[in-house]
Amino acid sequence: MKLIIAYIAPEALNPVKQALLRADVTKMSVTNALGCGAERGYREMYRGAEVEIDLLKKVRLEIAVNDGFVEPTVNAILEHARTDGPDQSGDTGDGKIFILQLEDCVRIRTGMRGPHAIG
Amino acid sequence: MQDQAAPEATAAAAPLADRVGDLELLANNLWILIAAALVFVMHLGFAALESGLTQAKNTTNILFKNTAIVAIGLLTYAFVGFNLMYPGAWSVEGWLAAISTDLFWIDDSLDDFDASYNPAYSYWSDFIFQAMFAATAATIVSGAVAERIRLGPFLVFSAVYVAVVYPLCGSWKWGGGWLEDRGFHDFAGSTLVHSVGGWGALAGAIMLGPRLGKYLRRNDGTAVTRPIMGHSMPFAAVGVFLLWFGWFGFNGGSVLSADPATVSFVFVTTTLAAAAGAIAAMATSWIVQSKPDLTMMLNGVLAGLVGITAGADTVSVSSAVLIGAIAGAIVVLSVVAFERLKIDDPVGAISVHLVCGIWGTLAVGIFSTDPDHSFVEQLIGVVSIGALCVPASFALFAALRYTVGIRVSREEELRGLDIGEHGMEAYAGFQFFTSS
Repeated sequence: MKLIIAYIAPEALNPVKQALLRADVTKMSVTNALGCGAERGYREMYRGAEVEIDLLKKVRLEIAVNDGFVEPTVNAILEHARTDGPDQSGDTGDGKIFILQLEDCVRIRTGMRGPHAIG
Repeated sequence: MQDQAAPEATAAAAPLADRVGDLELLANNLWILIAAALVFVMHLGFAALESGLTQAKNTTNILFKNTAIVAIGLLTYAFVGFNLMYPGAWSVEGWLAAISTDLFWIDDSLDDFDASYNPAYSYWSDFIFQAMFAATAATIVSGAVAERIRLGPFLVFSAVYVAVVYPLCGSWKWGGGWLEDRGFHDFAGSTLVHSVGGWGALAGAIMLGPRLGKYLRRNDGTAVTRPIMGHSMPFAAVGVFLLWFGWFGFNGGSVLSADPATVSFVFVTTTLAAAAGAIAAMATSWIVQSKPDLTMMLNGVLAGLVGITAGADTVSVSSAVLIGAIAGAIVVLSVVAFERLKIDDPVGAISVHLVCGIWGTLAVGIFSTDPDHSFVEQLIGVVSIGALCVPASFALFAALRYTVGIRVSREEELRGLDIGEHGMEAYAGFQFFTSS
């Protein structure tokens, strides 16, 4: 079992979600996130004073999967969260995917544990 | 108190006709001024409604546009609009005001401060009331082009539209032009204000194209419309109530006097039409969408108001209710129809102001109690105003689009026009979930 955590651009959420559903990955958690990385921030002006905004809005996906679903999940995210950057091969700010070993999983309703509790 | 009895007695000795005349002028003039202030409040209504029905990331931009339009509308109307709309002389009789230096800037003096200008109001009351109307026409466009239009080109469009196109249309009827001569009836502007703004809104929405992520294709090629939800229903509701409130001035003031019979009658037709519009829109959306939709009911209030605006003084109360109810049903179906046509109008401005404006104008030809009003003349009015506004607004938007561009970049649209156009968020310190 793996826990896949992906930070993606907010506008990529819908296409990624659709692609995940098509790959039979139907369970996920989505939260708002703020972050900074290679993508530079921008400047705001407030009543004549400049404000540097370096934490940008992203969306965080958390998906717990069994081992066989790791590649389909990663591929769905890659395909739809990678933008058509300057050289058609993505751009800074597209995000990152982290894959973590998942120790155990418990379904609260039944108390079921392990790989069966995920799916 | 006793001391003041003497002058009163003197005044009583003055000819009665003079005193009654003065009181009439006082009441009439004061009512026009109050009505002007009520129409002014409508701009806050528009600002709130448009903010509420759009996304949080574009709120600063919406408020900015609505503030700028009021200012631009009032100044351009003083500069050229008022004289273009109410010409002293024509260069083409009934069609176009005389082009001369007299066209520019309103009267600077205090001379027209008595009943010599008009028995019911002063020159200044006339100007300020009409100026508030002018700004309304431009504000209508703002909602339909929201969330994707560049600020600068939009302000240029609004300035030209409110300075030239709106007064030109108005002169044909209210300025004593050829539509007035033919017997076209548009009491407070279903066509002359709302359709004029509505045509501009339609042109803008078409020339800009839909917002990103609004009309999508599934993998199997079928089209799907994804609603982009407004971020504040409380704002939208406050906006509609302010518009309803302001409409007492919009229609009530259009009597152009404080005539007790007509003003009170217009209050009744106006507000009952709004109520009927709300209920009809509620019922229609409940049936068509299977749930009663608040935003549709709010649109229904405005639809009823726009619908009754052309005939508020000339249809019976029961006809007013019927006109409002039909407008409320039309607006829901029209919103759905424009979605099918992939014309993206975030606030339903085209349906409310253009479609219901046309309906209200034609309804005068059907329901009017005045035998001089005819359906054909009403239709001629609708078509001729459209024939001016459609080419004018398309040409303006096209000129801007192919020179400076009218649409913001994809990146800016995604991040929001608040940051892109203004570098300032509307809700600093709040985190909104934005995934489109």
